[in-house]
Amino acid sequence: MTIKPILTVKNISAVFPDDNGGLLALDDISFEVRPQEFICFLGPSGSGKTTLLRILAGLLPPTTGQVNFIRNQHPEIGMVFQQSNLMPWRSVMDNIKLPLELEGMGDAKARIKTREMIDLVGLNGFENSWPRELSGGMAQRVAIARALIHDPDLLLLDEPFASLDALTRERMWTELSRIWQARQKTVIMVTHSINESLFLADRVLVLTQRPGKIKLDVEVDLPRPRKDDIRYTPHFGKLARKLRETIE
Amino acid sequence: MTKIFNRIPWLGLFSLMAGLLAWELTARLSGLPRFILPAPGDVWRSFIKALTTGTLLYHTAITLTEIVLGMLAGVTFATVVGYSLAKSRTLEKVLAPYLVASQAIPIVAIAPLLVIWLGDGILSKVIICALIVFFPVLVNTIVGVRAVPTALYDLMNSVRATRWQILFKLELPASLPILLGGLRVGATLSVIGAIVGELVDAQEGLGYLLQLGDFQYDTSMVYVAVFVLIFLALGLYGIVTLLEKRFLKWQTVSSSR
Repeated sequence: MTIKPILTVKNISAVFPDDNGGLLALDDISFEVRPQEFICFLGPSGSGKTTLLRILAGLLPPTTGQVNFIRNQHPEIGMVFQQSNLMPWRSVMDNIKLPLELEGMGDAKARIKTREMIDLVGLNGFENSWPRELSGGMAQRVAIARALIHDPDLLLLDEPFASLDALTRERMWTELSRIWQARQKTVIMVTHSINESLFLADRVLVLTQRPGKIKLDVEVDLPRPRKDDIRYTPHFGKLARKLRETIE
Repeated sequence: MTKIFNRIPWLGLFSLMAGLLAWELTARLSGLPRFILPAPGDVWRSFIKALTTGTLLYHTAITLTEIVLGMLAGVTFATVVGYSLAKSRTLEKVLAPYLVASQAIPIVAIAPLLVIWLGDGILSKVIICALIVFFPVLVNTIVGVRAVPTALYDLMNSVRATRWQILFKLELPASLPILLGGLRVGATLSVIGAIVGELVDAQEGLGYLLQLGDFQYDTSMVYVAVFVLIFLALGLYGIVTLLEKRFLKWQTVSSSR
C-alpha cells in the first residue's frame, strides 16, 4: 500500500495485575490503519478487544509498545460504548453538544452543528427528549452523533450494538454504514459478530482467546454501498466461513 | 403524600381546620389556665401583638440569619470535605474516626461549650448550625460523588475533558439528586441547630423569645415562637424542593407528554 498509515500500533501488550504475576490481556499487537479506513477487531469475549480500544482511546496506557498517531500525538477521539452512556440530566441535543462545549465552542454555533448531526442520525423531533425516553436504538444513535460531532480524527466503537435486539442491530448497521460514508472517518470497531464485521468493515482483524493476539488480517472486498442482501451472496458466505474457522 | 395533598387541597385544609377546632374546644372545655394551654385565639392575639411591635420580625430575622449563614458555612465545608473524601480512600480512612465520633456527640451537649468559647452572640449559633448541617451533607456528597458511573468518566476522558470540566459537567450534575437529598435533611436540622444555640444563651432570636415567654409564663408567646419555627423549617424545605424541581426535571416522569 502506498497510502501512509494514519495510525501505527507497534508491539503493544497489556498486563493487568493480579495475584500470580499479572494477567496478560493483549500480547504483541501490531497493525496499521490507513486514513478513512473502517477496520474491525473480531474476537471472542476475553480476547482483550475492549482493552485494546481503551488503549487506543488513551484511557489506559499499554504495558509495553507504542501507539503512534501520524498527525499529532493526541488525536481527537470519538468513542461509542457498549451502553449508550448518555448523561441522563441532558436532553438529546445537550448530550450530542457536549464535546463542543468542552472545546469551548460558542453555544449558537454549537447548536447549529448539533442540529446537522441530529439530522444525519435521523433524530429530528427528539432534540428535547430526555435519554430515558429513548429506545435502545435511538439512544445509540445519540451516542454515535456525540462521537462524531467534534469531527474526531478517529472513531472508536466498542461493540456499539451489542445491547440492541437483532432487528434493530441490523438496521443500525445500514445506518452506521451510511453515516460513515457521509463523514469518511477512520473507524476502529470491536465486535464479536462476524456478520457485523463483514457488513461494515474494509478490513477485519481476528483476535485470539486470551491473551489476545492478531491471528488473521483480511481485506473485505465487498462492494460499497453495502445493502442488507449482501449477506446472502456467496462471497460474503465465503468470508464469513473463513472468519468462523479462524475464531475456532 | 404530596401528590394526594396536591390533588385534594381541601382535604388538607379541612384537617387543619378540624385540628384548630379541637384545640379551641379542648382549651375552653378543659378549664385549664391560659399559661398551661392557651386557645388558638390567644395565640393569634399574641402573634398580632408581637408582629405590630416589631419584636417578632426582629427575632425571626436574627434566627433566620443564623440559619442561613450556618447552612452556607456547613454546606460549603461539607461538600469540599466530602468531595476530597470521595476521591481519596486514604483520606477517608484517616478522617473517618473523627467524623463518626463527632456525630456521636449530641449537639445539645457541646452547644454550651461553643457558647462559652464563641460568646453568646450570633457566631456561636452559626457554628452550631453549621455543625449540625455538616454531617448529612457530607455523607450525601460522598455517596453522590462515588455513585457517578465510571463509564461517564471514560466518556469525559476520551474527549480530553479537564478536571474542572469533569467536576462541573459530570460530577456535580450526576451527584445533584443525592446532594439535594442531603440539603433537604440539613435544612430542617439547621433550624434545630439555631434554636439549641439560642436556648443555651442568647439576647435575641426566636429561641430567646421562646425562653422569655417561658420565664414570664406567657405561654401563647411560646406557641407563637414554635409556629414561626415550623414555618421557617417548612420554608427552607420548600426552597430545597423548588431547587429539586428546577434542576432534576430529567428525573420526573413526564406524563404530560
